[in-house]
Amino acid sequence: MGEAIAFYTLSAFILGFAILVVTTKDTVHSVLFLVLDFLFVAALYVLLQAPFLAAIQVLVYAGGIVVLYLFVVMLVNLKRPPEAHQDPHRASKLGFGLAAAVLLELAAIGVNGYVNPPRALAPAAAIPVTGNTEQVGWLLYTSYLIPFEIASMLLLVAMIGAIVLAKREL
Amino acid sequence: MIDSFVIPLLKILIVLNTTLVAVTYMVLLERKVIAWAQSRLGPMRVGPYGILQPVADAVKLMIKEDITPVRADKWVFTAAPIISMVPALIVYAVIPFGPEVSLFGRKVSLYITDINVGLLYIVSVASVGVYGIILAGYASNSKYPLLASLRASAQLISYEVAVTLTLVSVILMAGTLSMVGIVRAQEAGHMWFAFVQPAAFVIFFIGGLAETNRAPFDLPEAEQELTGGFHTEYSGMRFALFFLAEYANMIVVSSVATTLFLGGWLRPFPNVAALSFLDLIPGWMWFLVKSFAFLYIFIWVRATLPRYRYDQLMRLGWKVLIPAAIANLVVTGIVRVLLLR
Repeated sequence: MGEAIAFYTLSAFILGFAILVVTTKDTVHSVLFLVLDFLFVAALYVLLQAPFLAAIQVLVYAGGIVVLYLFVVMLVNLKRPPEAHQDPHRASKLGFGLAAAVLLELAAIGVNGYVNPPRALAPAAAIPVTGNTEQVGWLLYTSYLIPFEIASMLLLVAMIGAIVLAKREL
Repeated sequence: MIDSFVIPLLKILIVLNTTLVAVTYMVLLERKVIAWAQSRLGPMRVGPYGILQPVADAVKLMIKEDITPVRADKWVFTAAPIISMVPALIVYAVIPFGPEVSLFGRKVSLYITDINVGLLYIVSVASVGVYGIILAGYASNSKYPLLASLRASAQLISYEVAVTLTLVSVILMAGTLSMVGIVRAQEAGHMWFAFVQPAAFVIFFIGGLAETNRAPFDLPEAEQELTGGFHTEYSGMRFALFFLAEYANMIVVSSVATTLFLGGWLRPFPNVAALSFLDLIPGWMWFLVKSFAFLYIFIWVRATLPRYRYDQLMRLGWKVLIPAAIANLVVTGIVRVLLLR
């Protein structure tokens, strides 16, 4: 019961801030609402009894990635481009169109899930450690090792790409 | 009922008030210690030996006119000092000041809480504190603060990496992320982690200096270079909040270094039975003595070393500390797996 109240309150905040992110005129305010959004998502992780994920969410997402977003947004002075010959509602029309497409897909998946219920999966192997941190570590290094390594390579490639793009002479 | 509400509330009140008083007196301590290092006396007029100087400072800051720049972003301008101060204060929720003691017939633990991801909580909250600096510079709508805040935040996020890597080595040695667990691990191993992980200790301390914008890494707020840095446009109580946030961060870094490397509430040489008379001094007093030693070293370093230039600062962070921290982590991992089970 308390969990339901907490979940719906947090979700209301998360959705509210998400709507504010896309509707605010000022870009910096938009990024700040995104930070608040991430903090509430971290709270949701705590509700799901995953404190490690909550702390990592704040540390990496809110405290690292969005800081760099903020740098770019602050330094790049974003102004509305002149829309003399364009349809002023083009962005809204595109937005509504895309939203309708996503909703249709969600409906299709929902109906499919109802018509063909998923088979029961084989029970997962028991993880010999307890506690969220230990379990995430165990899974990352045993069952999900290859995706983990591929993700690291992806980050390395992104870093090298950023350096190559930003340096004047190598 | 009492155990789940009243006692934690009392602990929070005590810790919060002590921290705020300690932060205001840190200002006096810094002025005094730097003065003595420079063969002068520091504040001596207000109260005996200048003891009431922080009171005078507080009154002065509170009655100053509060100026907001004309085209500053009002909400963000107001929120920035708050965003700077709050992380420095909420970290105290997981710092263990002492073990369980019996107080008035009840077992009370001398820490507000012990979450099993305590160290990760501290690091993530500290990384949110960077926003206060970035937003202060941006919201001031003025050139010097913007440049200073960008420099300061770049410095902070760079040194965060080195500090977090040293913390990972400590976690490897302790086997747990919980702060109380780390102190217990030092108790079980009969040795403070400063002797087991000396490189991590040094890197953590240097990184801590940089994280709190303290000399020799205080270029972002150096008056000679940047006219006051990111808090140029702030006056009165808002400036006081930034100022206090910096000192609160200093105390936080000292407390965390004490817990992680100097054994928290353990007495020196916890395994040597001959020194057990030292147990007469309660654990929390050892904690305070060690944290105070760190604070003194912070101030001592400020009085002694010249300031790093910004490119030297960044070079140190990325090219020296991070490789050193990674090397320390690799060696710790190998030793832990091969030698210590």
